[in-house]
Amino acid sequence: MLLLALDTSAAATVALLHDDAVVGRFASADTRSHAEVLAPAVHRILSDAGVAGTELDAVVAGVGPGPFTGLRAGLVTARTLGFVWGVPLYGVMSLDALAFDAAAGGAVPAGSAFLAGTDARRGEVYWAAYRAPSQPGALPELLDGPHVGSASALPGGQPLVGRAASLYPDDVDGVPSFAASDPDAASLARVARLRLLAGAPLRDTSPLYLRESDAQVPGPRKRATA
Amino acid sequence: MTTDRPLVLGIESSCDETGIGIVRGTELLTNTVSSSMDEHVRFGGVIPEIASRAHLEAFVPTLRAALDDAGVTLDELDAIAVTAGPGLSGALMVGVSAAKALAVATGKPLYAINHLVAHVGVGMVGGTFSDGLPPNLGALLVSGGHTEILRVVNIANDVELLGSTIDDAAGEAYDKTARILGLGYPGGPAIDRLARQGDPKAIRFPRGLSQPKYMGSAEEPGPHRYDWSFSGLKTAVARSVEQYEAAGLEVPVADIAASFQEAVVDIITAKAVLACREHGITNLLLGGGVAANRRLRELTGERCAAAGITLTIPAPSLCTDNGAMVAALGAQIVLDGGSPSGIAFGTDPSLPVTSVMLAEA
Ligand SMILES: [Zn+2]
Repeated sequence: MLLLALDTSAAATVALLHDDAVVGRFASADTRSHAEVLAPAVHRILSDAGVAGTELDAVVAGVGPGPFTGLRAGLVTARTLGFVWGVPLYGVMSLDALAFDAAAGGAVPAGSAFLAGTDARRGEVYWAAYRAPSQPGALPELLDGPHVGSASALPGGQPLVGRAASLYPDDVDGVPSFAASDPDAASLARVARLRLLAGAPLRDTSPLYLRESDAQVPGPRKRATA
Repeated sequence: MTTDRPLVLGIESSCDETGIGIVRGTELLTNTVSSSMDEHVRFGGVIPEIASRAHLEAFVPTLRAALDDAGVTLDELDAIAVTAGPGLSGALMVGVSAAKALAVATGKPLYAINHLVAHVGVGMVGGTFSDGLPPNLGALLVSGGHTEILRVVNIANDVELLGSTIDDAAGEAYDKTARILGLGYPGGPAIDRLARQGDPKAIRFPRGLSQPKYMGSAEEPGPHRYDWSFSGLKTAVARSVEQYEAAGLEVPVADIAASFQEAVVDIITAKAVLACREHGITNLLLGGGVAANRRLRELTGERCAAAGITLTIPAPSLCTDNGAMVAALGAQIVLDGGSPSGIAFGTDPSLPVTSVMLAEA
């Protein structure tokens, strides 16, 4: 199975997965240049691997939650690639990739509950609660979320993986080895692959904004009175 | 490329229209537009985040519809063009990301072009100028997002900004004034309609930047000889309404609408024609969404005729933001031998008109 995955919910990351092997990958730490770096990364990874887009089994996109503008850059890229190449397009919640990474890396005890959290800016975090699989290499189970909110309001007593741990160390019980981690496209592709192999459903690529657009309906103009 | 009629697909997403146009040289094959305007009505203006969300949802369906309508495949394209600026940052980002993905997936060259110059480039298609762009060409662009007077030496590589608004765009002034008068959004058509029943001379609203200290003379131009300012106008309208209300009188909405419109159109056309006369412009293209305005068309026509300037106004669907104008300019740049922009460039929300296209990053 040949999968191209993109995630722009935090950093811009791209990966090409052949079965369980990562054939090519790209990650940019800059969270504000997704529209610049994404297409060149896709182009380079495919040409380095000698893979044509039409040979892919699917394009997989991280659907967030994440800051709006960056998230859209990845989603419109994935949708357009899928459309032109005529290959299936799937969405995966970006926090699932982070949770899978942590569980596969043994950062959370098998069978235990934990949180995955990323930077939502404005002093808040995007987060979801998971249960680590009892067998290594299996998918964590999503228990709750995704949500956006203050780190201080997260459910207590559970370890947290993801960048939220280094941003809000006083509010959460961070897992040190995953305290600065963002969702990664290679893990995103692995999550999609395991679901596809298991015949489990995948999401479409609707973005998980979790926040409204902040637009205010203007109130009526005050009338001057004599 | 072996053709003098390149097949170019253009993508526009700088404001609230998701546009895909396809041209073959100067022949227009499709002008497919999906607008999020209805979603902005209750806010009384374009909300950037809502526009950006709509671009994401509209892009692939609009692309599919455009290809169907034109009866061409992506394989047949010679080039892709996309608006890189000026415009709303988050909105531009969607179109540019999509255009890059399209370029990667098809292997076609990508040109990152200037939205304002594309408003002029559209004159190449749809029968606007049947013999191509005329010499001594200028363009007056009036919309909700911009108000500019340009001089066009070579559409593909040499365009100069003569004047622009220093605050609100004219279309924005219409929207804000319509809100004050309780006329809804978009304000342009509503005010234009009501103005027919009012007296344009009832109230003398200010003409911004028209004082001698801003204008100077032809020999010694002042700092804003060809520039406009509309922010003072909406304040003047609000004050006028308040005066009627404070006096317990009925607000003469039609007279205010007509007088407001006259102030806007008078100063736009006076300065545009002045700029044309002083820069040897004998052909003027009127573009942008507000080019549909009845009074603006009328007075621009009168004043151009009096100054010996030939006025051309593209069809309304080519005046508002659209992808055909991006494709049309892209085709001209291809024919001019311009090098593609690559796929590493960034968007530029304040791209100056002197940058007709972005060089490879
Ligand atoms: Zn425009």
